[in-house]
Amino acid sequence: MSVIVWIVEGTWPACVDAARARAAPGEEIALLYVRDDALAETAHGAFAGLLGRGRPERDPGTSLERLAAASGRDLLRAAADRLGRPCTCVERGGRVEREVVAAARDAGLLVCARDGDPARLGPRSLGPATRFVVDHAPCPVLLVWPGEAPRTPLPPPPPHPGHRP
Amino acid sequence: MPCRGRKTHLSTTTVVTETVSVVLLLGVLAFAVVRPRGLPEATAAVPAAALAVAVGAVSAADAWQQTRTLLPVVVFLALILMLAQLCADEGLFEAAGAAVARWCGGSPRRLLTGVFAVAAAITAVLSLDATVVLLTPVVFATAARVGARARPQVYATAHLANSASLLLPVSNLTNLLAFAASGLSFTRFAALMALPWLAAVAVEYAVFRRFFRADLAVAPVPGPAAGRDPGVPVFTLVVVALTLGGFVVTSFAGLAPAWAALAGVLVLGGRALAQRRTGPRALVTAAAPLFCLFVLALGIVVKAVVDNGLDTGLGRLLPAGTSLPALLGVAAVAALLANVINNLPAVLALLPLVQPGGAGPVLAVLIGVNLGPNLTYVGSLATLLWRRVLHAHDTRAELGSFTRLGLVTVPATLLASTLALWGMLHLVGT
Repeated sequence: MSVIVWIVEGTWPACVDAARARAAPGEEIALLYVRDDALAETAHGAFAGLLGRGRPERDPGTSLERLAAASGRDLLRAAADRLGRPCTCVERGGRVEREVVAAARDAGLLVCARDGDPARLGPRSLGPATRFVVDHAPCPVLLVWPGEAPRTPLPPPPPHPGHRP
Repeated sequence: MPCRGRKTHLSTTTVVTETVSVVLLLGVLAFAVVRPRGLPEATAAVPAAALAVAVGAVSAADAWQQTRTLLPVVVFLALILMLAQLCADEGLFEAAGAAVARWCGGSPRRLLTGVFAVAAAITAVLSLDATVVLLTPVVFATAARVGARARPQVYATAHLANSASLLLPVSNLTNLLAFAASGLSFTRFAALMALPWLAAVAVEYAVFRRFFRADLAVAPVPGPAAGRDPGVPVFTLVVVALTLGGFVVTSFAGLAPAWAALAGVLVLGGRALAQRRTGPRALVTAAAPLFCLFVLALGIVVKAVVDNGLDTGLGRLLPAGTSLPALLGVAAVAALLANVINNLPAVLALLPLVQPGGAGPVLAVLIGVNLGPNLTYVGSLATLLWRRVLHAHDTRAELGSFTRLGLVTVPATLLASTLALWGMLHLVGT
Protein backbone atom coordinates (compact mmCIF):
# COMPACT_ATOMS: atom_id res chain seq x y z
CA MET A 1 0.00 0.00 0.00
CA SER A 2 1.38 3.34 -0.92
CA VAL A 3 0.61 7.01 -0.53
CA ILE A 4 -0.29 8.69 -3.82
CA VAL A 5 0.18 12.45 -4.02
CA TRP A 6 -1.79 14.12 -6.81
CA ILE A 7 0.41 16.91 -8.15
CA VAL A 8 -1.57 19.79 -9.65
CA GLU A 9 -0.39 23.28 -10.58
CA GLY A 10 -0.83 25.69 -7.70
CA THR A 11 -1.69 23.23 -4.94
CA TRP A 12 1.13 20.68 -5.15
CA PRO A 13 3.45 22.04 -2.37
CA ALA A 14 0.74 21.61 0.30
CA CYS A 15 0.06 18.04 -0.87
CA VAL A 16 3.77 17.15 -0.82
CA ASP A 17 4.15 18.63 2.69
CA ALA A 18 1.10 16.71 3.93
CA ALA A 19 2.44 13.45 2.47
CA ARG A 20 5.83 14.00 4.13
CA ALA A 21 4.12 14.64 7.48
CA ARG A 22 1.64 11.74 7.29
CA ALA A 23 3.52 8.92 5.55
CA ALA A 24 5.20 6.44 7.84
CA PRO A 25 9.00 6.11 7.48
CA GLY A 26 9.65 3.58 4.73
CA GLU A 27 6.14 3.86 3.35
CA GLU A 28 6.15 4.10 -0.42
CA ILE A 29 5.22 7.51 -1.84
CA ALA A 30 4.21 8.04 -5.46
CA LEU A 31 3.94 11.51 -6.98
CA LEU A 32 1.28 11.51 -9.71
CA TYR A 33 0.92 14.14 -12.43
CA VAL A 34 -1.79 13.82 -15.07
CA ARG A 35 -1.50 15.83 -18.27
CA ASP A 36 -4.79 17.28 -19.46
CA ASP A 37 -4.92 15.94 -23.03
CA ALA A 38 -7.94 18.13 -23.77
CA LEU A 39 -5.58 21.12 -24.08
CA ALA A 40 -3.48 19.70 -26.91
CA GLU A 41 -6.64 18.35 -28.54
CA THR A 42 -8.21 21.83 -28.34
CA ALA A 43 -5.20 23.26 -30.18
CA HIS A 44 -5.30 20.41 -32.75
CA GLY A 45 -9.02 21.12 -33.21
CA ALA A 46 -8.63 24.88 -33.57
CA PHE A 47 -6.02 24.24 -36.29
CA ALA A 48 -8.23 21.65 -38.02
CA GLY A 49 -11.03 24.24 -38.03
CA LEU A 50 -8.90 26.59 -40.15
CA LEU A 51 -10.10 25.15 -43.45
CA GLY A 52 -7.48 25.03 -46.16
CA ARG A 53 -4.42 25.76 -43.99
CA GLY A 54 -3.47 22.11 -43.64
CA ARG A 55 0.27 22.19 -43.10
CA PRO A 56 0.77 19.61 -40.36
CA GLU A 57 4.12 21.05 -39.31
CA ARG A 58 2.30 24.21 -38.16
CA ASP A 59 -0.23 22.36 -35.96
CA PRO A 60 0.02 24.06 -32.52
CA GLY A 61 -1.37 20.92 -30.84
CA THR A 62 1.94 19.18 -31.48
CA SER A 63 3.85 21.98 -29.73
CA LEU A 64 1.40 21.83 -26.85
CA GLU A 65 1.91 18.07 -26.43
CA ARG A 66 5.66 18.65 -26.18
CA LEU A 67 5.32 21.62 -23.81
CA ALA A 68 2.80 19.80 -21.59
CA ALA A 69 5.08 16.77 -21.26
CA ALA A 70 8.05 18.99 -20.34
CA SER A 71 5.96 21.01 -17.89
CA GLY A 72 4.73 17.82 -16.16
CA ARG A 73 8.27 16.49 -15.80
CA ASP A 74 9.47 19.83 -14.36
CA LEU A 75 6.64 19.85 -11.85
CA LEU A 76 7.31 16.26 -10.74
CA ARG A 77 11.02 17.05 -10.35
CA ALA A 78 10.23 20.09 -8.20
CA ALA A 79 7.78 18.05 -6.10
CA ALA A 80 10.32 15.24 -5.59
CA ASP A 81 12.93 17.82 -4.50
CA ARG A 82 10.49 19.32 -2.01
CA LEU A 83 9.53 15.89 -0.63
CA GLY A 84 13.18 15.15 0.10
CA ARG A 85 12.82 11.39 0.46
CA PRO A 86 12.77 8.49 -1.99
CA CYS A 87 9.63 8.41 -4.12
CA THR A 88 8.28 7.29 -7.46
CA CYS A 89 7.23 9.81 -10.12
CA VAL A 90 4.26 8.77 -12.23
CA GLU A 91 3.24 10.77 -15.30
CA ARG A 92 0.04 9.97 -17.13
CA GLY A 93 -2.10 11.68 -19.77
CA GLY A 94 -5.82 11.69 -20.52
CA ARG A 95 -8.95 12.72 -18.69
CA VAL A 96 -7.36 14.01 -15.52
CA GLU A 97 -9.94 13.00 -12.90
CA ARG A 98 -10.42 9.51 -14.36
CA GLU A 99 -6.68 8.86 -14.56
CA VAL A 100 -6.25 9.89 -10.90
CA VAL A 101 -9.02 7.54 -9.76
CA ALA A 102 -7.53 4.70 -11.84
CA ALA A 103 -4.05 5.34 -10.42
CA ALA A 104 -5.40 5.26 -6.85
CA ARG A 105 -6.91 1.79 -7.29
CA ASP A 106 -4.44 0.03 -5.00
CA ALA A 107 -3.33 3.01 -2.93
CA GLY A 108 -3.48 3.20 0.83
CA LEU A 109 -4.04 6.94 0.79
CA LEU A 110 -4.61 9.62 -1.86
CA VAL A 111 -3.46 13.14 -0.99
CA CYS A 112 -5.08 15.99 -2.88
CA ALA A 113 -5.87 19.64 -2.28
CA ARG A 114 -8.98 21.73 -1.97
CA ASP A 115 -9.12 24.09 -4.94
CA GLY A 116 -12.09 26.34 -4.37
CA ASP A 117 -11.96 29.93 -3.10
CA PRO A 118 -9.00 30.03 -0.67
CA ALA A 119 -10.38 33.11 1.11
CA ARG A 120 -13.36 31.39 2.74
CA LEU A 121 -14.47 28.07 4.10
CA GLY A 122 -16.99 26.25 1.81
CA PRO A 123 -19.28 25.67 0.15
CA ARG A 124 -18.08 24.84 -3.38
CA SER A 125 -14.66 24.03 -2.04
CA LEU A 126 -13.77 21.70 -4.92
CA GLY A 127 -13.42 22.21 -8.66
CA PRO A 128 -15.12 19.70 -10.99
CA ALA A 129 -12.05 17.43 -11.36
CA THR A 130 -11.28 17.30 -7.62
CA ARG A 131 -14.98 16.78 -6.87
CA PHE A 132 -14.95 13.75 -9.19
CA VAL A 133 -11.79 12.35 -7.58
CA VAL A 134 -13.13 12.75 -4.03
CA ASP A 135 -16.46 11.20 -5.05
CA HIS A 136 -14.94 8.21 -6.87
CA ALA A 137 -11.65 7.52 -5.07
CA PRO A 138 -11.41 3.82 -4.16
CA CYS A 139 -9.19 4.58 -1.13
CA PRO A 140 -9.03 6.98 1.84
CA VAL A 141 -8.53 10.58 0.72
CA LEU A 142 -6.61 13.26 2.58
CA LEU A 143 -7.91 16.68 1.49
CA VAL A 144 -5.58 19.52 2.43
CA TRP A 145 -5.75 23.30 2.27
CA PRO A 146 -3.36 24.66 -0.38
CA GLY A 147 -2.31 27.36 2.11
CA GLU A 148 -3.38 28.39 5.55
CA ALA A 149 -7.14 28.09 6.12
CA PRO A 150 -8.85 31.48 6.62
CA ARG A 151 -9.78 32.36 10.18
CA THR A 152 -13.53 32.76 10.30
CA PRO A 153 -15.98 32.27 13.15
CA LEU A 154 -17.04 28.66 13.48
CA PRO A 155 -19.45 27.05 13.10
CA PRO A 156 -20.81 28.91 10.05
CA PRO A 157 -24.13 30.75 10.53
CA PRO A 158 -27.24 28.58 10.14
CA PRO A 159 -28.71 28.48 6.61
CA HIS A 160 -31.52 30.90 5.85
CA PRO A 161 -35.05 29.47 5.68
CA GLY A 162 -35.73 27.69 2.40
CA HIS A 163 -32.02 26.81 1.86
CA ARG A 164 -31.52 23.43 0.25
CA PRO A 165 -28.16 21.80 0.83
CA MET B 1 -46.79 23.30 -75.90
CA PRO B 2 -43.27 24.32 -76.83
CA CYS B 3 -43.09 27.03 -74.20
CA ARG B 4 -43.91 24.67 -71.33
CA GLY B 5 -41.51 22.06 -72.74
CA ARG B 6 -38.68 24.59 -72.81
CA LYS B 7 -39.40 25.62 -69.21
CA THR B 8 -39.28 22.00 -68.04
CA HIS B 9 -36.04 21.49 -69.94
CA LEU B 10 -34.52 24.58 -68.34
CA SER B 11 -35.47 23.62 -64.79
CA THR B 12 -34.16 20.08 -65.35
CA THR B 13 -30.86 21.58 -66.50
CA THR B 14 -30.80 23.81 -63.41
CA VAL B 15 -31.45 20.83 -61.13
CA VAL B 16 -28.65 18.88 -62.79
CA THR B 17 -26.13 21.73 -62.65
CA GLU B 18 -27.10 22.53 -59.04
CA THR B 19 -26.69 18.86 -58.10
CA VAL B 20 -23.30 18.74 -59.83
CA SER B 21 -22.26 21.97 -58.09
CA VAL B 22 -23.34 20.72 -54.65
CA VAL B 23 -21.50 17.42 -55.20
CA LEU B 24 -18.39 19.35 -56.26
CA LEU B 25 -18.59 21.61 -53.17
CA LEU B 26 -19.10 18.67 -50.82
CA GLY B 27 -16.17 16.92 -52.50
CA VAL B 28 -13.92 19.97 -52.08
CA LEU B 29 -14.93 20.36 -48.40
CA ALA B 30 -14.55 16.64 -47.66
CA PHE B 31 -11.10 16.65 -49.26
CA ALA B 32 -10.08 19.76 -47.28
CA VAL B 33 -11.20 18.17 -44.00
CA VAL B 34 -9.78 14.69 -44.63
CA ARG B 35 -6.67 15.73 -46.61
CA PRO B 36 -5.90 12.25 -47.96
CA ARG B 37 -2.16 11.49 -47.90
CA GLY B 38 -1.53 15.03 -46.67
CA LEU B 39 -2.22 16.50 -50.10
CA PRO B 40 -2.91 20.27 -50.19
CA GLU B 41 -6.57 21.29 -50.26
CA ALA B 42 -6.10 22.97 -53.66
CA THR B 43 -5.50 19.52 -55.19
CA ALA B 44 -9.26 18.91 -55.21
CA ALA B 45 -10.50 22.51 -55.27
CA VAL B 46 -8.79 23.61 -58.50
CA PRO B 47 -9.99 20.66 -60.66
CA ALA B 48 -13.46 21.02 -59.08
CA ALA B 49 -13.57 24.70 -60.10
CA ALA B 50 -12.45 23.78 -63.63
CA LEU B 51 -15.14 21.09 -63.80
CA ALA B 52 -17.80 23.56 -62.60
CA VAL B 53 -16.88 25.80 -65.56
CA ALA B 54 -16.63 22.86 -68.00
CA VAL B 55 -20.14 21.56 -67.24
CA GLY B 56 -21.57 25.06 -67.44
CA ALA B 57 -22.50 25.33 -63.74
CA VAL B 58 -20.76 28.68 -63.82
CA SER B 59 -19.80 30.55 -66.98
CA ALA B 60 -16.16 31.25 -67.72
CA ALA B 61 -16.90 34.98 -67.52
CA ASP B 62 -18.55 34.65 -64.10
CA ALA B 63 -15.71 32.47 -62.83
CA TRP B 64 -13.17 35.05 -64.00
CA GLN B 65 -15.21 37.85 -62.41
CA GLN B 66 -15.34 35.92 -59.10
CA THR B 67 -11.56 35.35 -59.24
CA ARG B 68 -10.94 39.04 -59.95
CA THR B 69 -13.14 39.97 -56.97
CA LEU B 70 -11.38 37.52 -54.65
CA LEU B 71 -7.81 38.09 -55.83
CA PRO B 72 -7.15 41.38 -53.95
CA VAL B 73 -8.69 39.85 -50.81
CA VAL B 74 -6.45 36.81 -51.06
CA VAL B 75 -3.34 38.92 -51.70
CA PHE B 76 -4.17 41.03 -48.62
CA LEU B 77 -4.56 37.83 -46.58
CA ALA B 78 -1.21 36.49 -47.81
CA LEU B 79 0.47 39.75 -46.72
CA ILE B 80 -1.10 39.55 -43.25
CA LEU B 81 0.00 35.91 -42.88
CA MET B 82 3.57 36.94 -43.82
CA LEU B 83 3.47 39.85 -41.37
CA ALA B 84 2.32 37.54 -38.55
CA GLN B 85 5.08 35.02 -39.27
CA LEU B 86 7.73 37.76 -39.36
CA CYS B 87 6.46 39.06 -35.99
CA ALA B 88 6.68 35.53 -34.56
CA ASP B 89 10.21 35.12 -35.92
CA GLU B 90 11.20 38.35 -34.16
CA GLY B 91 9.88 37.02 -30.84
CA LEU B 92 6.87 39.33 -30.53
CA PHE B 93 4.61 36.58 -29.21
CA GLU B 94 7.10 35.35 -26.59
CA ALA B 95 7.58 38.96 -25.48
CA ALA B 96 3.81 39.36 -25.14
CA GLY B 97 3.64 36.16 -23.07
CA ALA B 98 6.46 37.33 -20.80
CA ALA B 99 4.79 40.74 -20.35
CA VAL B 100 1.54 39.05 -19.32
CA ALA B 101 3.42 36.76 -16.89
CA ARG B 102 5.09 39.80 -15.25
CA TRP B 103 1.89 41.86 -15.17
CA CYS B 104 -0.28 39.16 -13.59
CA GLY B 105 1.91 39.10 -10.48
CA GLY B 106 0.92 35.53 -9.59
CA SER B 107 -2.83 36.07 -9.88
CA PRO B 108 -4.55 33.56 -12.19
CA ARG B 109 -7.45 35.98 -12.72
CA ARG B 110 -5.04 38.69 -13.87
CA LEU B 111 -3.32 36.08 -16.04
CA LEU B 112 -6.65 35.39 -17.73
CA THR B 113 -7.21 39.14 -18.19
CA GLY B 114 -3.75 39.48 -19.75
CA VAL B 115 -4.29 36.49 -22.04
CA PHE B 116 -7.64 37.99 -23.11
CA ALA B 117 -5.98 41.35 -23.89
CA VAL B 118 -3.10 39.83 -25.87
CA ALA B 119 -5.25 37.28 -27.73
CA ALA B 120 -7.87 39.91 -28.61
CA ALA B 121 -5.21 42.35 -29.85
CA ILE B 122 -3.23 39.76 -31.85
CA THR B 123 -6.37 38.30 -33.41
CA ALA B 124 -7.61 41.75 -34.39
CA VAL B 125 -4.33 42.98 -35.89
CA LEU B 126 -2.56 39.84 -37.16
CA SER B 127 -5.59 37.56 -37.79
CA LEU B 128 -6.98 34.46 -36.14
CA ASP B 129 -4.38 32.28 -37.87
CA ALA B 130 -1.68 34.01 -35.82
CA THR B 131 -3.58 33.39 -32.59
CA VAL B 132 -4.30 29.72 -33.30
CA VAL B 133 -0.92 28.76 -34.74
CA LEU B 134 1.57 31.13 -33.14
CA LEU B 135 0.04 32.38 -29.87
CA THR B 136 -1.49 29.17 -28.43
CA PRO B 137 1.83 27.48 -27.56
CA VAL B 138 3.10 30.77 -26.06
CA VAL B 139 -0.01 31.04 -23.86
CA PHE B 140 0.48 27.49 -22.59
CA ALA B 141 4.16 28.16 -21.87
CA THR B 142 3.20 31.38 -20.06
CA ALA B 143 0.73 29.54 -17.80
CA ALA B 144 3.39 26.90 -17.05
CA ARG B 145 5.95 29.61 -16.33
CA VAL B 146 3.58 31.34 -13.89
CA GLY B 147 2.68 27.95 -12.39
CA ALA B 148 -1.02 28.39 -13.09
CA ARG B 149 -3.49 25.90 -14.50
CA ALA B 150 -3.48 26.21 -18.28
CA ARG B 151 -7.02 25.12 -19.14
CA PRO B 152 -8.77 28.53 -18.87
CA GLN B 153 -5.93 30.22 -20.73
CA VAL B 154 -5.76 27.72 -23.62
CA TYR B 155 -9.55 27.65 -24.00
CA ALA B 156 -9.55 31.47 -23.96
CA THR B 157 -7.07 31.55 -26.85
CA ALA B 158 -9.16 29.08 -28.85
CA HIS B 159 -12.37 31.05 -28.24
CA LEU B 160 -10.88 34.49 -28.85
CA ALA B 161 -9.36 33.40 -32.17
CA ASN B 162 -12.98 33.39 -33.35
CA SER B 163 -14.81 35.90 -31.18
CA ALA B 164 -12.08 38.57 -31.18
CA SER B 165 -11.82 38.42 -34.96
CA LEU B 166 -14.71 40.84 -35.52
CA LEU B 167 -12.82 44.13 -35.32
CA LEU B 168 -10.78 44.77 -38.48
CA PRO B 169 -11.03 43.56 -42.07
CA VAL B 170 -7.64 41.85 -41.57
CA SER B 171 -8.68 39.88 -38.47
CA ASN B 172 -10.18 36.97 -40.40
CA LEU B 173 -10.43 35.84 -44.01
CA THR B 174 -14.21 35.96 -43.60
CA ASN B 175 -13.86 39.66 -42.68
CA LEU B 176 -11.81 40.38 -45.79
CA LEU B 177 -14.52 38.76 -47.92
CA ALA B 178 -17.27 40.70 -46.11
CA PHE B 179 -15.20 43.90 -46.31
CA ALA B 180 -14.96 43.55 -50.09
CA ALA B 181 -18.72 42.89 -50.31
CA SER B 182 -19.78 45.66 -47.92
CA GLY B 183 -18.37 48.62 -49.83
CA LEU B 184 -17.22 50.10 -46.51
CA SER B 185 -13.90 51.84 -45.97
CA PHE B 186 -11.38 50.21 -43.60
CA THR B 187 -12.02 52.76 -40.84
CA ARG B 188 -15.82 52.70 -41.23
CA PHE B 189 -15.73 48.89 -41.00
CA ALA B 190 -13.63 49.13 -37.81
CA ALA B 191 -15.89 51.84 -36.35
CA LEU B 192 -19.02 49.76 -36.93
CA MET B 193 -17.46 46.57 -35.58
CA ALA B 194 -15.64 48.04 -32.55
CA LEU B 195 -18.63 47.74 -30.24
CA PRO B 196 -19.70 44.26 -31.46
CA TRP B 197 -16.05 43.15 -30.97
CA LEU B 198 -15.90 44.61 -27.46
CA ALA B 199 -19.28 43.07 -26.62
CA ALA B 200 -18.14 39.60 -27.75
CA VAL B 201 -14.85 39.82 -25.81
CA ALA B 202 -16.62 41.15 -22.68
CA VAL B 203 -19.25 38.38 -22.74
CA GLU B 204 -16.54 35.74 -23.22
CA TYR B 205 -14.57 37.19 -20.29
CA ALA B 206 -17.58 37.21 -17.96
CA VAL B 207 -18.47 33.61 -18.86
CA PHE B 208 -14.84 32.42 -18.52
CA ARG B 209 -14.49 34.01 -15.06
CA ARG B 210 -17.53 32.11 -13.86
CA PHE B 211 -17.01 28.86 -15.79
CA PHE B 212 -13.41 28.43 -14.59
CA ARG B 213 -13.82 29.95 -11.11
CA ALA B 214 -12.28 26.90 -9.40
CA ASP B 215 -9.15 26.90 -11.62
CA LEU B 216 -8.87 30.68 -11.28
CA ALA B 217 -9.15 30.59 -7.47
CA VAL B 218 -5.92 28.61 -7.02
CA ALA B 219 -2.85 30.79 -6.41
CA PRO B 220 -0.07 29.64 -8.76
CA VAL B 221 3.28 28.33 -7.57
CA PRO B 222 5.98 29.51 -10.01
CA GLY B 223 7.34 26.53 -11.89
CA PRO B 224 11.02 25.70 -12.21
CA ALA B 225 10.64 26.52 -15.92
CA ALA B 226 10.58 30.26 -15.15
CA GLY B 227 13.46 31.37 -17.31
CA ARG B 228 14.85 34.73 -18.29
CA ASP B 229 12.63 37.28 -19.97
CA PRO B 230 12.91 37.58 -23.75
CA GLY B 231 13.56 41.17 -24.84
CA VAL B 232 10.82 43.28 -26.39
CA PRO B 233 11.31 43.48 -30.20
CA VAL B 234 10.80 47.25 -30.31
CA PHE B 235 11.47 47.62 -34.03
CA THR B 236 8.86 44.98 -34.90
CA LEU B 237 6.34 46.50 -32.51
CA VAL B 238 6.82 49.94 -34.09
CA VAL B 239 6.44 48.53 -37.63
CA VAL B 240 3.21 46.75 -36.65
CA ALA B 241 1.87 49.96 -35.09
CA LEU B 242 2.82 51.95 -38.19
CA THR B 243 1.17 49.32 -40.42
CA LEU B 244 -1.99 49.66 -38.36
CA GLY B 245 -1.77 53.43 -38.76
CA GLY B 246 -1.16 52.85 -42.47
CA PHE B 247 -4.50 51.02 -42.75
CA VAL B 248 -6.24 54.16 -41.48
CA VAL B 249 -4.22 56.54 -43.69
CA THR B 250 -4.70 54.49 -46.88
CA SER B 251 -8.38 54.20 -46.05
CA PHE B 252 -8.75 58.00 -45.83
CA ALA B 253 -6.62 58.45 -48.96
CA GLY B 254 -8.92 56.12 -50.90
CA LEU B 255 -6.15 53.55 -51.44
CA ALA B 256 -6.37 49.81 -50.81
CA PRO B 257 -5.20 49.09 -47.21
CA ALA B 258 -3.23 46.13 -48.59
CA TRP B 259 -0.54 48.69 -49.57
CA ALA B 260 0.07 49.37 -45.86
CA ALA B 261 0.38 45.64 -45.21
CA LEU B 262 2.82 45.37 -48.13
CA ALA B 263 4.92 48.19 -46.66
CA GLY B 264 5.01 46.42 -43.28
CA VAL B 265 6.05 43.13 -44.91
CA LEU B 266 8.73 44.85 -47.02
CA VAL B 267 10.27 46.54 -43.97
CA LEU B 268 10.20 43.50 -41.64
CA GLY B 269 10.91 40.97 -44.40
CA GLY B 270 13.68 43.09 -45.92
CA ARG B 271 15.34 43.49 -42.53
CA ALA B 272 15.08 39.76 -41.74
CA LEU B 273 16.47 38.88 -45.17
CA ALA B 274 19.33 41.36 -44.82
CA GLN B 275 20.21 39.94 -41.40
CA ARG B 276 19.88 36.40 -42.81
CA ARG B 277 17.30 35.42 -40.21
CA THR B 278 14.89 34.25 -42.90
CA GLY B 279 15.09 33.17 -46.50
CA PRO B 280 12.92 33.90 -49.56
CA ARG B 281 11.56 30.35 -49.42
CA ALA B 282 10.40 30.76 -45.80
CA LEU B 283 8.72 34.06 -46.70
CA VAL B 284 6.84 32.52 -49.63
CA THR B 285 5.78 29.58 -47.44
CA ALA B 286 4.47 32.03 -44.84
CA ALA B 287 2.22 33.58 -47.51
CA ALA B 288 0.54 30.15 -47.90
CA PRO B 289 0.24 30.26 -51.73
CA LEU B 290 -1.60 26.93 -51.93
CA PHE B 291 -4.14 28.14 -49.36
CA CYS B 292 -4.67 31.27 -51.47
CA LEU B 293 -5.22 29.09 -54.54
CA PHE B 294 -7.68 26.97 -52.54
CA VAL B 295 -9.71 30.08 -51.58
CA LEU B 296 -9.89 31.26 -55.22
CA ALA B 297 -11.02 27.81 -56.43
CA LEU B 298 -13.49 27.41 -53.55
CA GLY B 299 -14.94 30.80 -54.51
CA ILE B 300 -15.79 29.53 -58.02
CA VAL B 301 -17.35 26.28 -56.76
CA VAL B 302 -19.44 28.13 -54.17
CA LYS B 303 -20.56 30.60 -56.86
CA ALA B 304 -21.80 27.68 -58.95
CA VAL B 305 -23.81 26.36 -55.98
CA VAL B 306 -25.26 29.78 -55.15
CA ASP B 307 -26.17 30.77 -58.72
CA ASN B 308 -27.90 27.48 -59.53
CA GLY B 309 -30.53 27.57 -56.81
CA LEU B 310 -29.02 27.97 -53.33
CA ASP B 311 -29.71 31.70 -53.59
CA THR B 312 -33.48 31.13 -53.77
CA GLY B 313 -33.36 28.39 -51.14
CA LEU B 314 -31.27 30.27 -48.58
CA GLY B 315 -32.81 33.59 -49.61
CA ARG B 316 -36.12 32.38 -48.18
CA LEU B 317 -34.46 31.62 -44.84
CA LEU B 318 -32.80 35.01 -44.53
CA PRO B 319 -34.90 37.86 -43.18
CA ALA B 320 -34.58 41.15 -45.06
CA GLY B 321 -33.89 44.64 -43.66
CA THR B 322 -31.77 46.03 -40.87
CA SER B 323 -34.22 45.79 -37.97
CA LEU B 324 -32.86 44.08 -34.87
CA PRO B 325 -34.90 40.86 -35.37
CA ALA B 326 -33.77 40.72 -39.03
CA LEU B 327 -30.08 41.14 -38.11
CA LEU B 328 -30.43 38.52 -35.36
CA GLY B 329 -32.05 36.15 -37.86
CA VAL B 330 -29.27 36.65 -40.40
CA ALA B 331 -26.57 36.14 -37.74
CA ALA B 332 -28.29 32.97 -36.48
CA VAL B 333 -28.60 31.44 -39.98
CA ALA B 334 -24.95 32.33 -40.67
CA ALA B 335 -23.83 30.75 -37.38
CA LEU B 336 -25.81 27.62 -38.16
CA LEU B 337 -24.41 27.28 -41.68
CA ALA B 338 -20.86 27.91 -40.42
CA ASN B 339 -21.35 25.13 -37.89
CA VAL B 340 -22.49 22.67 -40.52
CA ILE B 341 -19.97 23.25 -43.33
CA ASN B 342 -17.29 25.59 -41.89
CA ASN B 343 -17.39 29.38 -41.94
CA LEU B 344 -15.35 29.94 -45.12
CA PRO B 345 -17.81 28.33 -47.59
CA ALA B 346 -20.66 29.66 -45.43
CA VAL B 347 -19.59 33.28 -45.84
CA LEU B 348 -18.92 32.80 -49.57
CA ALA B 349 -22.44 31.42 -49.99
CA LEU B 350 -24.23 34.02 -47.85
CA LEU B 351 -22.53 37.24 -48.93
CA PRO B 352 -24.04 37.46 -52.44
CA LEU B 353 -27.48 36.96 -50.90
CA VAL B 354 -27.23 39.73 -48.30
CA GLN B 355 -25.07 42.16 -50.30
CA PRO B 356 -28.06 43.95 -51.91
CA GLY B 357 -29.34 44.73 -48.39
CA GLY B 358 -26.26 46.85 -47.64
CA ALA B 359 -23.52 46.75 -45.00
CA GLY B 360 -25.82 45.92 -42.05
CA PRO B 361 -26.82 42.41 -43.12
CA VAL B 362 -23.30 41.77 -44.48
CA LEU B 363 -21.84 42.50 -41.04
CA ALA B 364 -24.56 40.41 -39.36
CA VAL B 365 -23.46 37.46 -41.52
CA LEU B 366 -19.92 38.12 -40.38
CA ILE B 367 -20.95 38.07 -36.70
CA GLY B 368 -22.68 34.73 -37.29
CA VAL B 369 -19.85 33.03 -39.17
CA ASN B 370 -17.14 34.31 -36.81
CA LEU B 371 -18.86 33.57 -33.49
CA GLY B 372 -20.72 30.39 -34.48
CA PRO B 373 -17.62 28.17 -34.77
CA ASN B 374 -17.02 28.35 -31.00
CA LEU B 375 -19.85 25.87 -30.53
CA THR B 376 -17.48 22.98 -31.24
CA TYR B 377 -13.75 22.93 -30.64
CA VAL B 378 -13.07 22.32 -34.34
CA GLY B 379 -15.36 25.00 -35.75
CA SER B 380 -17.80 22.85 -37.71
CA LEU B 381 -19.76 19.64 -37.65
CA ALA B 382 -17.97 18.39 -40.79
CA THR B 383 -14.54 18.60 -39.13
CA LEU B 384 -15.92 17.24 -35.85
CA LEU B 385 -17.36 14.16 -37.55
CA TRP B 386 -14.07 13.45 -39.28
CA ARG B 387 -12.10 13.81 -36.03
CA ARG B 388 -14.58 11.45 -34.38
CA VAL B 389 -13.91 8.90 -37.13
CA LEU B 390 -10.14 9.33 -36.71
CA HIS B 391 -10.32 9.00 -32.91
CA ALA B 392 -13.16 6.48 -32.71
CA HIS B 393 -11.27 4.31 -30.24
CA ASP B 394 -9.50 7.12 -28.48
CA THR B 395 -11.17 8.38 -25.32
CA ARG B 396 -8.19 10.18 -23.86
CA ALA B 397 -9.31 13.78 -24.23
CA GLU B 398 -12.46 15.17 -22.66
CA LEU B 399 -13.89 18.00 -24.73
CA GLY B 400 -17.36 18.09 -23.18
CA SER B 401 -16.45 21.16 -21.14
CA PHE B 402 -15.43 23.02 -24.33
CA THR B 403 -18.85 22.25 -25.84
CA ARG B 404 -20.67 23.29 -22.64
CA LEU B 405 -18.67 26.53 -22.68
CA GLY B 406 -19.63 27.10 -26.34
CA LEU B 407 -23.29 26.45 -25.61
CA VAL B 408 -23.18 29.38 -23.17
CA THR B 409 -20.91 31.82 -25.02
CA VAL B 410 -22.12 31.40 -28.62
CA PRO B 411 -25.78 32.45 -28.12
CA ALA B 412 -24.73 35.14 -25.62
CA THR B 413 -22.01 36.65 -27.85
CA LEU B 414 -24.25 36.43 -30.94
CA LEU B 415 -26.95 38.35 -29.12
CA ALA B 416 -24.64 40.95 -27.57
CA SER B 417 -22.62 41.59 -30.76
CA THR B 418 -25.66 41.81 -33.04
CA LEU B 419 -27.33 44.17 -30.59
CA ALA B 420 -24.16 46.29 -30.59
CA LEU B 421 -24.05 46.21 -34.42
CA TRP B 422 -27.67 47.33 -34.62
CA GLY B 423 -26.85 50.19 -32.24
CA MET B 424 -23.76 51.21 -34.23
CA LEU B 425 -25.65 51.11 -37.53
CA HIS B 426 -28.12 53.59 -36.09
CA LEU B 427 -25.42 55.69 -34.42
CA VAL B 428 -22.68 55.75 -37.07
CA GLY B 429 -24.61 54.75 -40.19
CA THR B 430 -23.02 53.08 -43.19
